[in-house]
Order: sequence, then structure tokens, then C-alpha cells
Amino acid sequence: MSNPTLRAVLQSALPPAITFVVVIALWEGAVRAFAVPKFLVPPPSDVLLAAWAERTSLAAALLTTAEGAGLGFLLSASLGTSVGLAFSLSRWLERGLYPYALFLQTVPIVAVAPLLVLWFGPGLRAVAVSAFIVSVFPIIANTLAGLRSVDPRLSDLFRLYGAKLGDTVLKLRLPTAIPSMMTGLKVASGLSVIGAIVGEFVAGFSEGNAGLGITVLSAYRQLRTDLLFAAVLLASLLGLLLFALVSSLSTLLLRRLRAPG
Amino acid sequence: MARWAEGSCGVDGSIAISSQVAIRGVSHAFSSGGPVLEDIDLVIEAGSFVALLGPSGCGKSTLLRFISGLDTPAAGSIALSPSADDAKAQPGARTKLAFVFQDAQLLPWRSVLDNVALPLELQGTSRAEARQRARGPLAEVELGDVHERFPDQLSGGMRMRVSIARALVTEPSVLLLDEPFAALDELTRQRLDERLRKLWQARRMTVIFVTHALAEAAFLAERALVMSRRPGRIVLDHSLQLPDDRRIDLRTNPDFVAQTALLYRALQQHGALDDEQHNA
Repeated sequence: MSNPTLRAVLQSALPPAITFVVVIALWEGAVRAFAVPKFLVPPPSDVLLAAWAERTSLAAALLTTAEGAGLGFLLSASLGTSVGLAFSLSRWLERGLYPYALFLQTVPIVAVAPLLVLWFGPGLRAVAVSAFIVSVFPIIANTLAGLRSVDPRLSDLFRLYGAKLGDTVLKLRLPTAIPSMMTGLKVASGLSVIGAIVGEFVAGFSEGNAGLGITVLSAYRQLRTDLLFAAVLLASLLGLLLFALVSSLSTLLLRRLRAPG
Repeated sequence: MARWAEGSCGVDGSIAISSQVAIRGVSHAFSSGGPVLEDIDLVIEAGSFVALLGPSGCGKSTLLRFISGLDTPAAGSIALSPSADDAKAQPGARTKLAFVFQDAQLLPWRSVLDNVALPLELQGTSRAEARQRARGPLAEVELGDVHERFPDQLSGGMRMRVSIARALVTEPSVLLLDEPFAALDELTRQRLDERLRKLWQARRMTVIFVTHALAEAAFLAERALVMSRRPGRIVLDHSLQLPDDRRIDLRTNPDFVAQTALLYRALQQHGALDDEQHNA
């Protein structure tokens, strides 16, 4: 092969593609060979057919969930980095609030979701807040860790020249923190989709358009396991897509900052 | 001295000055216990080149941090003041410090030119002007042709030269260096020693150079201060009897060898070399 980029793409894409084909083939074969009831495990071909038959409603549901997850993620990204920055600037603030930020991480989101419906009303807002709650903590923690990882001798250098706080943050701490912040954002991107689906289970019943969480619930009630599978797969794909988006942004930024990784 | 006659002129019109460093009765102990420095009392004349020599952990870096004002000693005081001539010529002139660390400590996301411009930016100079003024010191360390490269595209020696240019960009009156070339190979280190001495000769600044390498101290300095093991005391204060014009081949000169041996004996007498490297 003469083209090195093509070769690199093939080398990274080929193994997972092979895995995919083999797993799908085994799944299809096993389900048919052992005559597994379709409401327990539908064969991949049925899932594909169901997805095609319901393509309009699935696409609408995907968009709705994407909106909730995306909104929640943006909220996490902006608030999480701001809170992390504020914590890094004030030990008092950090000591006073960090335990409660940790609470966001440990609270069982399924149990809190009904409250969100009461407070924000059913629909997009409650779903977005659910996505936010699930995804914000890794951003706060990673932002804080990144801002704290500044080389002490570089801090000395800034101190020696009497750098103003604003300059120290913009020209030293934030650039240092970005690799760690990006890790937090990547983790949060996947979590925000999970938070949105959970939110929809409880709060997604308003308005005309229901998200993938609703599709999963109604498919389950009708024992349409093929459609259920299709919706779950789409939700995972949405998470992957968001992750890929953040990842490529991260790669671009890190290259500009000449940071390793 | 002749080299003082020229003076180097900053872009902002102020003439670079040199400062005296007066250390009075400085003692210090780490909070974890043991004393680090014991009653250090010395005056470093404006415009001189002093090597501070001692075994690892003797407190020489701590002393340097005290001089820089980054840390404060438990007892004693340190005063930096412009030389008498400078005070007369430029009333109100302040001592400007620069510090060169053991590693180059450059910002990886900034180009060479932007790294050197950084101190000026931090002191409120506009970015465009800071970049303009960074060109001079970069030319002085012969890096005029790599302005737009990034630190990861440079060799260790080149990174150190960028670090020195960054220190020079504010026209410091006192330049502090903490084992700056310790991580470099011997040949690169000797070339940088020679360059640093030339930079000092061309400018009016006081240089305090911390090292644990005897030959480097003898090659660079006019005056060598030898410290004992912890708690650090000054055990030898020696004016080096060597020519002003020093080249790499000075290291084979019998006078140079004699001076190095003198420093070596001082270190040895105070137990500094018991378990220690002595990269002479």
C-alpha cells in the first residue's frame, strides 16, 4: 500500500470492524440456531428492520434526546469549568462547597428525577437538568486538578515578575489545565446522554416529541424488543457521537498547546 | 572597569543598572526540622559575578530564593540596592531581578519569541512591543533565526539559551541562576558557560550563579563562595585570580587548575565531599 494515511486508517478501523461483523454474525446465527424467543433477544436483522420501519419516529426521538443531552452537556461544561476555576482561586470556597459538588456525583439520579419534574416541569428543561447533574462533577474535579497541576517553578516565575492574577490564570493556569479539562469533558459527554435518557424515563412525557428514553419505555411495554434494541443502540451512538465531537476538539486544542497526548 | 563604561540601553530609554546584594545574618530552618542556613553574612558588590558553590542540599538554592524574594528567611535580612553610581545617575532606579531555573522552564504553548516576551507582558507591556523587545536578547544568545519555533522543537542547550534570553529581556540588575546547566552534556555546558560570561561582560548586572561543579564556578566567577554541608555556612570567600578574558582552553591552564584545587580543598575540609559528586 502506498498511501500511509490510508494504511493508518485501515490499521485502526479494520480490527473493530472485524469484531463487529463477527459478533453480529454469531448473534444472528445463535438466535436462529437455538430458536431464542424474539421478545427476549431479537436477531440483528429484526432490529435493523424495526429501525427502518420506525425511522421517522426514531429520528425525531434521537433529535429530542440529543437536544436534552447537548443542552445538559453545555450547561455542565460552562458551569463545571467556572466552578472548578472558582474553587482553584479560593480554598475557602473549595472547602465549603466541594463536598456538596461531590453530592451531585453520588445522588441517585433516578430517585431525584421526579423532583426535577416538579421543579422544572416535564420536558426538555428537566431532561437537560438531569443530564447536567450526572455530567457536571467530572468536569469540576478535572478542571480543579488541572488548574492545580501548574509547575511551582513556573508559578515562581510569574510571581517574580509581579504577574496580575488575571495574567496568571490566562497565561499559565488555564493552558496548563486544558488537557485535564478535556479529559473531564470527554467523560461528561458520555454521561450527559445517560442523564438525558434517565431524565426522559421520568420527565420526558410532555410536548409532542418524545426522546429515545420514551421510545425504550413504550417498546418495553409492548414487548417490542427489536425496537427497544434499536433505540438503545441509537442512544449509545449518540453518546459516541458527542464523545467523538469533544475528542476532536480536544485533539485540536492540545495540538495548538503542544501538550502531549 | 571598562565594561561599565558602555552600559546597555533598554528600549524604554532607561539605562540598565547593577545592584548590590547585602545579606545580613540570614538563618533559616525548615518547618520539618533541621537548620538549613546558619548566619550568612555577606555583601555582593554591584556588577560582580559570584559563584555560590556547595554540596547538594547545603541550602544554596534556598539562599538564592531568599535573595529573589520568592521566600523569606526566618532570621536576618536581605537588601538589594542600586550601586552608588547608579543611584546618583538615576535617582529612583529600582533593582530588577531575573531568575534562571535548573530546567529551562519555558511555556510549551508559546513560541520562542513569545516565551522571551513573557516577562515584559506580565509587567504590563503590550504584546506587540514585548515581542519587538524580545528580539534583542534572542540575538544575543544567537537564536535570532528560531523566533517562531516551539520549545519542543529545540535542543536542551537551545532551550536554556531561550531561558537566559527571557531573563535578560527585562534588563535585570541582578541575575540569579540556580544550577542552570546541570542537566546538559559537558560540551554544551562549557559553551553556555563561555556565553554567559560574555553576556555578563557586555552588560552591567550582578550575577549570582549557584552550582556544585568546581570547574564551572572557577571558570565563570570573579569570586567564589563555598558553603559547607547543611546547615550551610560560608566556609570560603575567595577572589579568583584569573584573566578577564576566559576561553574554553582556560580549563587546561595551570593557574586555573590551582584555583580549582583551592576550592576543592575548601569543600573537602568541611566534609562536603564525603558522599558527594564533584563534577570538576
